[in-house]
Amino acid sequence: MSILIIQLLNSLLYASVLFLIAAGLSLIFGVMRIVNLAHGSLYAVGAYVTAWLAGRGIALGVGLGWLFLLLPLGALSVALIGIVIEPLLLRPFYRRAEEYQLLVTFGLLQILEDLIRLVWGGTPLSADTLMDALPILHIGGLFYPAYNLLVIAIGVVAAVILWAVIYHTKFGVLLRATSQDRRMASALGLNVGLVYVVAFGIGCFMAGLGGAIVVPTQTAVLGMGVDALIIAFVVVVIGGLGSLKGALIGAVVVSFVRTAGIQFFPELELAVLYLIAALVLLVRPTGLFGTT
Amino acid sequence: MTRRVQLLENRSLLKLAAAAAPILLALIALPSLINTYQVQLVIYGLIAAIAALGFNLLLGYTGLLSFGHSAYFGIGAYSVAFVVAHLGPHSMEFYLLLGIPLVAVTSALFGYICVRHTRIFFGILTLAISQVVYSLALKLFWVTGGSDGLRVPRPSLFLGLLNFSGSHGFQFFIKSYYYYVLGIFVICVILMWVIVHSPFGKALQAIRDNEVRARFLGLRIRRFRWISFLVSGTFTGVAGILWAPLNGLTTPDILYWTFSGEIVFAALLGGFRNFTGPIVGGIVFTYLRTYAVASTEYWQLLLGVVLVTLVLVLPTGIVGAISQAGQRLGRRNAVT
Amino acid sequence: MILLKTVNLRKQFGETRACDGLDFVVNKGEFLSLVGSNGAGKTTLVNLISAHLQPDSGQILLEDRDITFTTVAERIKAGIARSFQIVNLFDGLSVFDNVALAVFSRDGKTVKMTRLADHDGDARRETLEVLGQFGLASKAAAPAGRLAQGERKLLDVAVAYALRPRLLLLDEPTSGVSTHEKAQIMDTVSSVVRGGMVTAVVIEHDMDVVFRYSDRIVMMHEGSFLADGTPEEIRANKEVANILLGAPLAI
Repeated sequence: MSILIIQLLNSLLYASVLFLIAAGLSLIFGVMRIVNLAHGSLYAVGAYVTAWLAGRGIALGVGLGWLFLLLPLGALSVALIGIVIEPLLLRPFYRRAEEYQLLVTFGLLQILEDLIRLVWGGTPLSADTLMDALPILHIGGLFYPAYNLLVIAIGVVAAVILWAVIYHTKFGVLLRATSQDRRMASALGLNVGLVYVVAFGIGCFMAGLGGAIVVPTQTAVLGMGVDALIIAFVVVVIGGLGSLKGALIGAVVVSFVRTAGIQFFPELELAVLYLIAALVLLVRPTGLFGTT
Repeated sequence: MTRRVQLLENRSLLKLAAAAAPILLALIALPSLINTYQVQLVIYGLIAAIAALGFNLLLGYTGLLSFGHSAYFGIGAYSVAFVVAHLGPHSMEFYLLLGIPLVAVTSALFGYICVRHTRIFFGILTLAISQVVYSLALKLFWVTGGSDGLRVPRPSLFLGLLNFSGSHGFQFFIKSYYYYVLGIFVICVILMWVIVHSPFGKALQAIRDNEVRARFLGLRIRRFRWISFLVSGTFTGVAGILWAPLNGLTTPDILYWTFSGEIVFAALLGGFRNFTGPIVGGIVFTYLRTYAVASTEYWQLLLGVVLVTLVLVLPTGIVGAISQAGQRLGRRNAVT
Repeated sequence: MILLKTVNLRKQFGETRACDGLDFVVNKGEFLSLVGSNGAGKTTLVNLISAHLQPDSGQILLEDRDITFTTVAERIKAGIARSFQIVNLFDGLSVFDNVALAVFSRDGKTVKMTRLADHDGDARRETLEVLGQFGLASKAAAPAGRLAQGERKLLDVAVAYALRPRLLLLDEPTSGVSTHEKAQIMDTVSSVVRGGMVTAVVIEHDMDVVFRYSDRIVMMHEGSFLADGTPEEIRANKEVANILLGAPLAI
C-alpha cells in the first residue's frame, strides 16, 4: 500500500515535469503553428544551466535558501534564448513551406545538443544539494522527499497561472485571437510579432522550468533533450496539440503508464507508451482535445 | 510563390543519357586514378546518394518530411549483420536477397502507421519509431551486440566468384566493391527516375501540390503516400545493406536520430526539389562530414549551423541554385 | 431522361439550413445553371452531390442508383466530376500534366510505376485533344502556377472534364475573368454539352452568361428552390425576374 502511494507521488512528479514541457510545446504550436523540434533540447539547457549554477553557487558558499532562486533563473535563461531565436531564426519562415520550419528547428536541435556537450562536457551534472536541502517527510509510515512535493506543487501552480493568463487576462485574449486567425488579428491592429515573441518566450520558459525543477531529482545527461522531446510528443499526441487541458491530461496519462510500465515491463515501457499513442491516433487522430 | 520545376525532367531520355554518360565514364575510370582510401570515400558517397535518393521520393515528390529514415538504413545494415552472425553465408547477393524484403516489409509496416496522419504528426511519428528501433537495438544486446555492435566481415561478390581473404584482399575488395556498388547505384538511379516520371510519380506530385484536388481526381491519397513510403524506405534500406560490409561493423549509431538528420541534410544540401539534388547532396555531404569529423569534435554543432544557414540562404540546395543561375543566364542571353 | 435526382436532401450548419429538403432533378444532356444569392445553398448542394460533404438526411440517386453514401473516389468512378470556386490546380506540374493526370486517374493507370508517363501514347493523344478543346494547347508545357487567372479557370474546368464524367459540376467557372475569357470558357463547356458528351450543372452569378447558355435555370434561396424553368419561363416569371434583376442581390 505504501509503495503504491510512493509510486503515485512519483507519477505526479513526472507528470508535473512533463506537463511543463508539453504545455510549452502546445502553446507554441497553438499560437504560432510551429512544431518546435528543439523543445526537448531547451528543456535540457534548463536542466544543465540550473545544475551548473547550483554547483557554482555552492562553491561560492551561497546560502541554500538563495539557491532555490536558481530554479526560475534557469527557466529564465532558456526564455531569453527563445526570445533571441524567434526573430532571428523562426520569423523568416512563417510565410514559407512548413518543411522549412521543421528543418530549422531540427537544425536548432542539433546545435543545442552539441552546444550542451561543448559547454558542459560529457559528464552528468547533478544538483542534488537542492533536493537534500529540503527535509524528508514522514507521512504515515512512509519517507518521501519534500522536494518532490515541491515539484508537484510547482507544476500545479504553473498550470493554474497559465490557465489564468490565457483565459482571464487581456494578453490571453491577444494570444487566443492570434492563434485562431493570425491575419485577422493583424488586420485588427494587434502586434502579431510581439505576441509571437512573447508566446515563444513563455513556451521556452516552461521547458526550461521543467528542466530546472527536475534536475535536483535526476542528473542532467547528454541526450536527455531528445528523449524528453519524444515523450513530450507522445503527451501531445494523446492530449492533442494546442490544448492546455490536453497537455495536462496527456502528461498524467503518460506519466502513470510509464511508472506502471517501469514497474512491470522495464524493457518495454517505451513500447507500451508508443502503443497507447498509436491507439489514440487511430481512434482520435487529433488527440483527445486537439485543435488541429 | 511558384516552385521552379526542374527543367531536366522535361527533356527527352536521350538528352539525359547524354548528360549522364560522361559522369558515368568518369566514375568508372575513378579507381585507376585515386588511392584506395579515396575510393572507399566515394563508395560511402554513392551509398549516401542512394539513401538520400530514396528519402527524397518522400520529401521532394510526395511532400512528406521524415525524421526517421535512419530506421530503414539501420535495419538494412543490421539484417546483414544478423545473416553473418546467425546464418553463415557471406555472400553479398544473399544479403541483398534477404535484406531487401525485410526493409520493404518494415517500411510498409511503419509507413502504414505514419501516413495516416498530417504532416506534423507524420514527422513526429517517424522520429519516434526510429528511436524505438534504436532503443531496441541498444537494449537487446544479446541479439544485436548492444552498443558494441556486430562485426561484418568482407562478403563474397557475384555468388562467391570473388573472394577477398588475406591481407592483400583489402585493396582488391575495395576496388571490386566499388564497381559493385556503382552498378547498384546506376540501377537505383534509373529505377527512381522511371518511378518519378511514371503516372504514379505524377500522381504523387499532384498529391503533394494539392491534396484536395487530387482527391477530386479520384486518387486515394493515403494509399499513394503509403506506397511512396514503402519505396522510399526500401531504397534507403538498400543503402544500409551496402554500407554494412564496407564499414565492417554495425552499431546502433546508425539508428539514432542524428543519422536521420544527416540524411535530411544531404537531401537539402543537394536540393530536394530536383531529381539529381539528393545524389549530389549525398556525395558532397559525405565529404563534408568526413572533413568535419576530422577537424572538430563538435561536428554535430557545425552541421546544425550549416543546416540552418542552408535553409535560410540556399533553400533550393546546390543543384537548385545552379539551375536557377543557369535559367537567369539563359534569360540574359535571350534578351541581348 | 433523368441523370441525377436528389430526394428530400437536407444539410444544416448549426442554425442555417443550407439545403432544406431538396428534390433536385438533372436531365441528361442539359446545361443547367444554378443561381441565387450568396448563402442560398448552391455550393452546398454541389458539395453534397460531389461527396465533399455528407448529407444529414435524404438521398442522391444517379440514374436510379443510390450513391448517397459513396466516397469521392466512387463518385468519380460513377461519373461525377467538379471544378472549384477558388481555382484548385497542381501548380508544380505543367498544364499538360494536370490534364494527363486526370486521364491516368480515370483509366486507373496511376499505380503504374514502371512506365514513363510521357510514353503513354493514348493518354498523350487524349490530353492534347482536351487541351485543344479548351484552347490551352499552346501552354501545355508551362507550369500551371504561372498561368493567368482566366487560363487557370479554363484549366480547372479542363481537368474536371478530362475525367470524362457524365455529370460536370462547375462552381463559378467564370468568376474573376475577363469577358472574352468568360465566353471562351462557356463556349467550350456549351459545345461539349451540345456534343452529347456531358451534362453540366453550373453555379453562376453572371446573368448574361446564365441566360445565354442555359437550357434550364434553377434558382435557390435560403436552402430551397424558388424557380425552375427555361430562360424564357424565368424571364416571364415577374416575381423571379424582380429578385434576379431588380432587387439588391449580393452578386
